[in-house]
Amino acid sequence: MSFEPFVLSFELAGVTAFILFCIALPLAWYLSQTKSKCKPFIEALTALPIVLPPSVLGFYILWALSANSPIGAFFEDTFGVKLVFSFTGLVVASCFYSLPFMVQPLQNGFESLNKNMLEASYIAGKSKLQTIFFVALPNIKPALLTALIITFAHTVGEFGVVLMVGGSIPNETKVASVAIYEMVENMDYTAAHIYSGLMVGISFVVLLSVYIFNAKQAKRFAI
Amino acid sequence: MIHIDIHKELYGANGTMPLRAAFNIQEGEFIALSGKSGSGKTTLLRILAGLEEAHGTIEVNKKIWLNSQTQLPPQKRDIGFVFQDYALFENMTIEKNLLFVNNDPELAKELLTLTQLYRLKKRYPNSLSGGQKQRVSICRALMQRPKILLLDEPLSALDPSMRTRLQKEILTLHKKFHTTTIMISHDPSEIYKLATRVILLEDGNIIDDGTPKEVLLQTQGSQKFSFEGELLALEKVDVIYVGVVAIGQQLVEVVLSKQEAKKLQVGQTVRLSTKAFHPTITTK
Repeated sequence: MSFEPFVLSFELAGVTAFILFCIALPLAWYLSQTKSKCKPFIEALTALPIVLPPSVLGFYILWALSANSPIGAFFEDTFGVKLVFSFTGLVVASCFYSLPFMVQPLQNGFESLNKNMLEASYIAGKSKLQTIFFVALPNIKPALLTALIITFAHTVGEFGVVLMVGGSIPNETKVASVAIYEMVENMDYTAAHIYSGLMVGISFVVLLSVYIFNAKQAKRFAI
Repeated sequence: MIHIDIHKELYGANGTMPLRAAFNIQEGEFIALSGKSGSGKTTLLRILAGLEEAHGTIEVNKKIWLNSQTQLPPQKRDIGFVFQDYALFENMTIEKNLLFVNNDPELAKELLTLTQLYRLKKRYPNSLSGGQKQRVSICRALMQRPKILLLDEPLSALDPSMRTRLQKEILTLHKKFHTTTIMISHDPSEIYKLATRVILLEDGNIIDDGTPKEVLLQTQGSQKFSFEGELLALEKVDVIYVGVVAIGQQLVEVVLSKQEAKKLQVGQTVRLSTKAFHPTITTK
């Protein structure tokens, strides 16, 4: 029995979490600080992947990334990268799918910060970037960890979008959730049990460690 | 010299209110900004710090901080700001809080020693008392050797003995670092002890500006004592009337004539004063 799909799942989740952190950090900061009238629109857009059926999201991503669309054609012509039915395509799809899970905890974290503390940093001559990295982020560690872990876990757990955008190419797009679906279809229940059991176990341990860490942080920062 | 002439629309509890303030400050002055809550004190301080936008001009030592073209960001203004809620960097030790502002260990040591915090330098803010936190906050504000030190009700959350102690420290630091200091305060004794000048705000306008003696001492002419209080009760006792007046935390009884009692109503704010002590002669 091969555990290749698991490795692929974690690889995908790791890459997605990293890319999303880079995208979501400025976005979450902007949303937490802005008084602009655009804010609800951006917030609603960001939250869409939570409510949309994965098939809808998968369909649009497939449509946008395929070689027939300008985006897909551009990537194929310029970089020689095929975005559908490839690992790269899965990463792009996962970034859309998991975006709210990164943005929302970070935004909530930033919004919970004492505004005066950030202002004290500005008055001390520190730029926005310095303030984010040395004052804001270290003070929202639980939110930061929650964002990273939940994004990672949510990407490991995705199924519909990956199936539509990636298909099931071994070692390329066949992640754990898709592998389990195939096992059940092939009535290989033993393998399905092992895979599913592992999924439950890993997910539980990950979530448990997040909650334990956050409880400890809450105790440390309690006044 | 600092020249301030600003205006801004405020959205308060009673609708919009224009804030207008124009005054000059000499270097080294210690100004107390006083007035009822909602009068625009904190906004004025935040406009000076560059934390809030406003129209008008702010000119500090011939340098423009604010006019119709420029608005210098808080990073570029040479100020220290002390917040009412301390606003310390919770993720840093006391020492790091100071060094983050300006990496000058010598100055940090000097400030922490002056305020008797040096032995606590490795502690985190959440393990300190309110008074200690506010001292850290004042030290932090002085780390950049600011020209102007702004304090937003720095002592209002502290108990009276801690207040007295910190008042002395603020005055010491103000003199030692040659700052121009502007402090929001409601406490007349605090203002009297610290400030060289009081600016009184009401509904967004400056209604009084002068030395603490001129603004705060409210006895006139030959009055020796004069207190403001609330009339709590008015009773007729035989041929006279007795009024109970609350002055701060203290309740006092006053004997009133019928004519005086007629003019008064329970709940009114009244002024209690004596013109001369009654002379008494006693024999040995």
